[in-house]
Amino acid sequence: MEQKLKTDFDKFISISNFSDQEIKLKKEALDNFLKNGFPSRKLENWKFSDINQIIKKNIGELTFYNDYKIENEINDDIFIKEIEHNKIVIVNGKVQQLNFEYEESDKINITILDTLNQNLNQDNSLLSLNNSFSNKIYNILVKKNYSLKKPLIIYQKTNEKVSNTNINFQLNFDLKESSSIKIINFSDDNSEKNFINNLFNFNLDKNAILKNYKIDKKNNTNIKYDYSSIIQKENSISETFIFSSGSDYLKNEVNCNLEGKYSSAFINGIHSLCKNKHHEIRTKTNHLYENTKSYQLIKSVIDDSSKSVYQGKIYVDSKAQKTDGYQLSKAILLNEQAEFNAKPELEIYADDVKCSHGSASGSLDEDSIFYLMSRGLDQKTAKELLINGFLLDVVEKITDEEIKKLIKNMIGLN
Amino acid sequence: MRDKQIEDLKEYKYGFSTDIESFKAPKGLNEEVIRFISNIKKEPDWLLQWRLKAFERLKVLKEPDWQKPKYPKIDYQDLYYYSAPKSFKEKPKNLEDLDPKLLETYKKLGIPLQEQKRLNGIAVDAVFDSVSVATTFKDTLTEKGIIFCSISEAIQKHPDLVRKYLGSVIPITDHFFATLNSAVFTDGSFVYIPPNVKCPMELSTYFRINASDTGQFERTLIIADKGSYVSYLEGCTAPMRDENQLHAANVELIALDDAEIKYSTVQNWYPGDKDGKGGIYNFVTKRGLCKGKNSKISWTQVETGSAITWKYPSCILKGDNSIGEFYSIAITNNHQKADTGTKMIHLGKNTKSKIISKGISAGKSDMTYRGLVDISKNAANSTNFTQCDSLLMGNKCGAHTVPYIKNKNSNSSIAHEATTSKISEDQLHYCQQRGLNQEEAVGLIVNGFCKEVLQQLPMEFAVEAQKLVGISLEGSVG
Repeated sequence: MEQKLKTDFDKFISISNFSDQEIKLKKEALDNFLKNGFPSRKLENWKFSDINQIIKKNIGELTFYNDYKIENEINDDIFIKEIEHNKIVIVNGKVQQLNFEYEESDKINITILDTLNQNLNQDNSLLSLNNSFSNKIYNILVKKNYSLKKPLIIYQKTNEKVSNTNINFQLNFDLKESSSIKIINFSDDNSEKNFINNLFNFNLDKNAILKNYKIDKKNNTNIKYDYSSIIQKENSISETFIFSSGSDYLKNEVNCNLEGKYSSAFINGIHSLCKNKHHEIRTKTNHLYENTKSYQLIKSVIDDSSKSVYQGKIYVDSKAQKTDGYQLSKAILLNEQAEFNAKPELEIYADDVKCSHGSASGSLDEDSIFYLMSRGLDQKTAKELLINGFLLDVVEKITDEEIKKLIKNMIGLN
Repeated sequence: MRDKQIEDLKEYKYGFSTDIESFKAPKGLNEEVIRFISNIKKEPDWLLQWRLKAFERLKVLKEPDWQKPKYPKIDYQDLYYYSAPKSFKEKPKNLEDLDPKLLETYKKLGIPLQEQKRLNGIAVDAVFDSVSVATTFKDTLTEKGIIFCSISEAIQKHPDLVRKYLGSVIPITDHFFATLNSAVFTDGSFVYIPPNVKCPMELSTYFRINASDTGQFERTLIIADKGSYVSYLEGCTAPMRDENQLHAANVELIALDDAEIKYSTVQNWYPGDKDGKGGIYNFVTKRGLCKGKNSKISWTQVETGSAITWKYPSCILKGDNSIGEFYSIAITNNHQKADTGTKMIHLGKNTKSKIISKGISAGKSDMTYRGLVDISKNAANSTNFTQCDSLLMGNKCGAHTVPYIKNKNSNSSIAHEATTSKISEDQLHYCQQRGLNQEEAVGLIVNGFCKEVLQQLPMEFAVEAQKLVGISLEGSVG
């Protein structure tokens, strides 16, 4: 693999027009990846999902050279019709279309970064891989006091044109003071057996609001890693919703740094799994300042021989007095072969805090099924009703009514 | 008056050392030392081979490093692996032959060895440095067929039992410290309860590290045969010394069909002084196997001492309908560190486990609850309930919870909850309003917080533990 990485990297650099500085940083990132390789179960964070093995077993040897020169036509069919929205279309890791037609053009500033994201966690080798092979990074800056009128839908497509098996992509958002944005990240995969590595950076200034909804619904054979880093200043709010269901393997990682007072982070997620899918959500909320708040609710419904993992960590710095942290994960196992693993973690260095977590897993409640059947429902309907109710709890947490309705329709919960 | 009492108690009252000449094995860890230990204890060849096999294994093992409390590297070659009071070269036949100084030590510790003075009916096996000193109440126990003696004696007198069960729960191929113990263990207690016998009294072991530069490596083996019941207590102290001392014991419990073992520990090793100097490294492996149907193992621990506590008393629930329980109070103050919890491994059908853990950290200490609940594919209808609560006093300490939860069976359920908080102002205010001073109020609230676990302890221990909880937190408020 090492040789392939090096030759693909040289080829990629030779046909792209990166600055010397960027090439240097990309090379450093590559070296870091070469040093660490793909994460395996030996690392605590990957204990339940050995991505090294998963890639080897399902894809085999990866190829990394991505020809960003290939143009893709975008068919209007793929767009969601129910709501008016701004669009970013990404095909095979390349930004193909940016369209903010509903917004005042002087309020949003779209630039291409002339450097890489340098303050990434060096221990996470997948971020290094991303840095070394991703294309130029777009930065979307929302100016002070501006709230986007319509939601932004990011269509993340893959198609059969892709020649490489590893796709890396990065996108940055900069929300200035008192601005707000609603994002739906919608995956639409048409390729087979790719390893897709995404990185989203969000910087929230004072009073900024981010609502980020991630939908992975379409069945596909890809292996995905999706990392969101959210840095929050005073009084900012972030809301993340994850619907994780379609891909064969998907790990969603959300890292929130609450750096300003009264900032708060909400992360809610659903795993709806069947066959032998293997999905993981890992959240890390770092309370670094006084009076911050975080809340996580993760629910899983696991069928066939699928596997759901939740790792959640609440970190409270000794400065972060008056922290309020809450975390709950629940799972229903529908099949004997299904598996649920959880690691809800608290790391607390301040005394005036209120932190708690809970985790429960088990089968569907027999009494509830009996109750519904005694009222005339057949068993299948009764089960469906209970599962829908179980998951609806999470969807109801979505604060935007229009998007809530859209997502409910999209994932078939009513 | 009370202040004076507190003043007396604040100091680690077991911190004296006894001036007894001791007889030690040469310093260092090598095959010779192992042969020396085995030889001096007149062990059969199979045990020596077993030890040597463990030692071979130890050479390839690395010390684990995933734990939260880090400690300076231990030089295993700079330790004595065997230390015994000199007068023990020939084991005394009865209590009269014991070195009077030793008896005095135990009197200071409050362990009445002399049977005639005993009132409350607890059979005691005392371990001083590396060897078992005396076992009381032998006759009453022998009558019932109960074997309660030091493990060295058991090796001589009941080799079949020892050979059958030793290492069956903690194999020599286990982790570093367990394997180290297998190679060099010196003494410990052995208990065998015959079928359908309910042990009439609490069995108790008292451990004491006296000599400097020694590690204490005991091995305890408790076997409860079909339909039997035993309640076992363990207490520990050590003198105050500036250097750190290592304590790496192995405890194996085996419960056969319908048997029940209750194992309680009040651990009060020397925690080091208030600047974190000295103290015991308590790296203990405790594991129970519910081998038979309907068997039950229950661990109760009150951990107040040691510079570093690093242990996870575990239950392997192999028999159908077996039950595992874990009740724990861990208190850290000053610079103490604790990384403790449990593992509940459900293998049999209809197995149940319950974990109640209460952690209190004060001063500059750091405490971690780390636990595993693993329900395997075949463990149908199993349930687990876990509750771990932490209380923080001051903003220089830390409290962490790291549970691992694995559910591979759809008919089983796991529930886990954890909270971290501080003593609320309202509670304190309420108590103070009724005339308690702040320290008393904190003591009362903390005892209430721990009550669920304290209730599980046998009477005599509960009183001691309650006092310990109070003492450990002295000076941490205000």
